[in-house]
Amino acid sequence: MKQAVLDVSPYVPRWAGISHIEDLTASEKLFRMVLEGGESLGHKPGQFVEVSVLGIGEAPISISSAPRADHSFELAIRKVGNLTNAAHRLKIGDKVGIRGPFGTHFPAEETKGKDLLFVAGGIGLVPLRSFIHYVLENRRDYREVTILFGARNPSERLFLDELGQWGRRDDVRYLDTVDRADGAWKGHVGVITTLFRHINVDPASTYCVVVGPPVMYRFVILEAKARGIPDGQIFLSLERRMKCGVGKCGHCQINHLYVCQDGPVFRYSDIFELEEAL
Amino acid sequence: MDLQVIEKSNFVPFVQNLINAHQVEGVKRKGEGFFYGTIQEPEELCLDFDCTLLPPKKYFLPPNETLFRFQTSPSLEVTPMMVSNPFVLFGVHPYDLKAINQMDQVFARGVSDPHYLNRRKACVLIGIDPTRVAPRAFWADMEAAAVSQGFDLMLTDIGEGFVAEAGSDRGRELLSKHAKARAATKEEVQERVNRRSSIFDRCRKGRGLSFPSREIPTLLEQSGEKLLWEEKAAKCLNCGTCNLVCPTCYCFDVQDELALDLAHGERIRRWDGCLLQDFARVATGENFRESRTSRYRHRLYRKGQYLFGVLGDVACVGCGRCASSCLPDIADPVDVFNRLKQESVELI
Repeated sequence: MKQAVLDVSPYVPRWAGISHIEDLTASEKLFRMVLEGGESLGHKPGQFVEVSVLGIGEAPISISSAPRADHSFELAIRKVGNLTNAAHRLKIGDKVGIRGPFGTHFPAEETKGKDLLFVAGGIGLVPLRSFIHYVLENRRDYREVTILFGARNPSERLFLDELGQWGRRDDVRYLDTVDRADGAWKGHVGVITTLFRHINVDPASTYCVVVGPPVMYRFVILEAKARGIPDGQIFLSLERRMKCGVGKCGHCQINHLYVCQDGPVFRYSDIFELEEAL
Repeated sequence: MDLQVIEKSNFVPFVQNLINAHQVEGVKRKGEGFFYGTIQEPEELCLDFDCTLLPPKKYFLPPNETLFRFQTSPSLEVTPMMVSNPFVLFGVHPYDLKAINQMDQVFARGVSDPHYLNRRKACVLIGIDPTRVAPRAFWADMEAAAVSQGFDLMLTDIGEGFVAEAGSDRGRELLSKHAKARAATKEEVQERVNRRSSIFDRCRKGRGLSFPSREIPTLLEQSGEKLLWEEKAAKCLNCGTCNLVCPTCYCFDVQDELALDLAHGERIRRWDGCLLQDFARVATGENFRESRTSRYRHRLYRKGQYLFGVLGDVACVGCGRCASSCLPDIADPVDVFNRLKQESVELI
């Protein structure tokens, strides 16, 4: 071995201070934070970070905001396990460990001058929001922007203020639905694929970016393909169990690919033959 | 290549000198089996082993390894643990060394892992050619009978002595400092060739692949839907023993442990295995490799096809440990690959 003794471990986090916490739903909270020293995270929409609460553990969380001038970034965390439950007990001013950003990003450059069709299923809106924000901040660089959002039921809808804003913009076509309504819901009822019949797309110039629960992908892809959108213009963000974030621990494999390095954002034409992908 | 010889009468003093000067880890006997442990007396070192129960990977990727220590109160402090104490590892067969070379590649590529790499650098590795073949071993078929690099010294037992080949300056130094060695004669060099050839033939004659190992990736590419996977997986206990004993398996999990004062702790990485049920399970409960068949199949695809893309070589070295350790005896790659080959030929 000719290398010198290496002294920087990729497993040791940096620290970020929490500046803002907001309830999104009964089980989801939005955290805004900045790295110590105010340095930029340097992320691109679609990437994720590994979040640490020392003593509890570490978990992969998608970055939910586009890069900002003040270098703050947002994580929307649903409490499902040990780490996320511990995160929900944090207060403003607390520090969390951050490693990353990791993974591939949404095609912000490739889609310039094209039409964007965002399809968000439930918590899939969290990573997609980073790309939607980026596109809306640079609205003139993109042509038609359509946002489809489906939630299981009204109480699981998140970022309600923003959904309202998107609906009111005249340069965005926004449609939403719930799988099952409650008494007060006056909007569209049906799974997200039912929204497709209400939109028209120019398939040659449309990029379809889909994020949602695993079961959703196959059906949305069928809809996109039925509209003639080419496989190379469909992008997905796939989740797996990610731990090290650097392509070593093996947990996030989809066939020969590592989601932490070759994903989480994938071009459908690159993965449609992989049996483990969808 | 300057080959030297350590005569048998000088061998025990050589080992003793090493023990006096260094931390020596090597092969020891345990009942009918062999394992790697600390050598405190030359008599403990056992070099005529066929195969150890566990490979030597624990020296570079420990079963439990503290990545860093931390303190959260009164102030936040994190101490990475990356320094390794030098040691000599005495007695690594070529197939295990091939596996180590593969692991060196994966831990160095992309984001390099100093925890592994520092341990590797701290190790003075003395390889040894095998004199016996384990019952389920097939390393002769897996191009793992010989390695050209990765060792500081490589020893071959030729009867009246050991031929010693230095693979590095460190190895050369070790030899000159601690051993009474002399240049090998032409006959001794030839005897090394003969002994290697003979053990190779013995391994070859035992059970093995019915086709060249280079064909494994293509064979697997065509075999995703075979019933064989389900048939074998039906008996799988999901115990992860195959992962545990494999010299090329290195998947790990990372967990935090808190001390009782709740203000101190460690982040630890532990060996994990893709055959274990929860390996691909996320917090919401979704398991991305839910069926036993998918987990069983994944291990062989990873070794035979996926890692081939990264390493340019199949990631199985034919040590035979999974085959001999699997309780229901379904892990043997020889069985699976030969069956797949046979079924692919029948199709034509």
